[in-house]
Amino acid sequence: MSLPVDNAPATPQAGANEESRPSLAALLIDPSFWADWASVVGLVGLVILFGITSPVFLSVANMQALLLAAAILVVLSIGQTFVVATSGIDLSLAASVMLGAVILGLVNAAGLGILAACVLAVVATSAIGFMNGVLITAGRIPDFVVTLGTLSGITGLGLILSGGEPTMVGSTFLLKLASGYLGPFGYPVWVAIAAVIVAHIALYHTRFGVHLLATGGQAESAGALGIRTNRVKIAAYTISGFCAGIASILLVARIGSAEPQINTSLLLNSVAAVVLGGVSLFGGRASILGPAIGALMLTALVNGLTLLSVSAFYQPLAVGAIVVLAALIMRYQK
Amino acid sequence: MSAVNHIPPAEAILACQGLSKHFGGIRAFTDVGFQARRGEVTAVIGDNGAGKSTLIRCLVGVHVPDGGTIYFDGRQHPFSNPDEARKSGIETVHQNLALIDELTVAQNLFLNREIVRRVGPFALLDRKAMKNQARAMLSRLSINVPSVTQRVRRLSGGQRQAISICRAAGSGAKLVVMDEPTAALGVQETANVEALIRKLREQGVSVILISHNFDQVRRLSDQIWVMRAGKMVATVRSSETTGNELVALVTGAA
Repeated sequence: MSLPVDNAPATPQAGANEESRPSLAALLIDPSFWADWASVVGLVGLVILFGITSPVFLSVANMQALLLAAAILVVLSIGQTFVVATSGIDLSLAASVMLGAVILGLVNAAGLGILAACVLAVVATSAIGFMNGVLITAGRIPDFVVTLGTLSGITGLGLILSGGEPTMVGSTFLLKLASGYLGPFGYPVWVAIAAVIVAHIALYHTRFGVHLLATGGQAESAGALGIRTNRVKIAAYTISGFCAGIASILLVARIGSAEPQINTSLLLNSVAAVVLGGVSLFGGRASILGPAIGALMLTALVNGLTLLSVSAFYQPLAVGAIVVLAALIMRYQK
Repeated sequence: MSAVNHIPPAEAILACQGLSKHFGGIRAFTDVGFQARRGEVTAVIGDNGAGKSTLIRCLVGVHVPDGGTIYFDGRQHPFSNPDEARKSGIETVHQNLALIDELTVAQNLFLNREIVRRVGPFALLDRKAMKNQARAMLSRLSINVPSVTQRVRRLSGGQRQAISICRAAGSGAKLVVMDEPTAALGVQETANVEALIRKLREQGVSVILISHNFDQVRRLSDQIWVMRAGKMVATVRSSETTGNELVALVTGAA
């Protein structure tokens, strides 16, 4: 740093020439570039690999199926991103999806109408997120412990409410949601796209977004500047719960029934997508596109391996290898 | 050495009389009178544990004093929390609680006072305005950083301190309080921060400076207050004192 006190009037725009960007070549040899864009690089790599080895992979029908399959994970990854950005983690995410689905099924079966069922499912999962946030901030309990407890608690609640039995949800609204197309994409894909856009704006273009990153970066410093970090954290968990609710609607629409079973791969993949997306698990830096592309990449991996007739037993192995590899690349993130 | 005399608080931006603070049985300071004149750099010196940091924390609302009165800007004004003090025009540059590493320079300068524009029912950040104003704020104080869009993590200690001071001064603060602003800095960076403090003073901002460095205090300040063992023991004009006299006042050898 230099303080040229004398020539201050001569350079009224200190650092005006600062927006110059590094050249492309410089970017390509910079490890932090690869770390920041790991999910994009991975997705492109997988598309090329599977495109060559399996001609069906790049067909329009398969692409549409892939995007449909990815929609739920994209929505969940967004919720997880908000929490991870505050240096927390939401382990109850997949369990919330399950509880949301069970509530949706039961309310619908009780004859209250599908709309009320969907709304109540989202309200319930948002309330779980809110409760997570309150327990973590007011109770001063680590995020990991609270959401681990909630994971178990709402798993039990879902089993109790449903009696362990799946509930059929025969709704034309949900059927349309699952199978309808608008332009090139199915409705669930549009829901995911809308979620990405709204979340991106919230993170990058609102005061809340900056305060979220400040809370995740250095909570004490943020607090010293008057940011209410507890409220920010509670909001992040509530958003996560809200996303779980949306995901539960998409899930019930996709499989046509509400099952009291936790899809553990959904939870792990949501964290994996966040990591692949370049979001720091220590909080303070996040993006929405990164995790969304990370979710696409994980879905493409499973899709491609299935097309290549690789046994389903190998899929978790492949996902694990990719996540650890991504974490290694992340070390070069600046 | 001159006696601790009570000038009426009118010409003082910040003053206190008979201020006391104790934590349980331990008294931090008793019956302290102090004032910082408008537009001046006022230094508070003293040995470790003399009570200067606690005094300052009482003055800016971090601690509530047990007794005594505080005047700020002509009015009796006890602050019950730092937010109130900030809203009244006192900004504090903290030693450690300063910047958010992962945010950019501009984001840090505008943290919790972001500029927003209304788009329908939504308030969206006006990032362009904040970047431009951030550049203007930095150039007004002749602070050089590579880019206002750079993350603070990648800046040097001196640059970070300069940005903290810029943030404090940039909000239109009447008084900027700095606790050991150059404690962790190298020689060149210390010189830069000192130049920055002079620049603030030139622009009419009042500064309270806590420091261990007697040479620095004599270089920068107009008035020096000396604390020893929880009491305000002396105040001198910087121009009329010597390093030896300050050492004697601080250690009590005079």
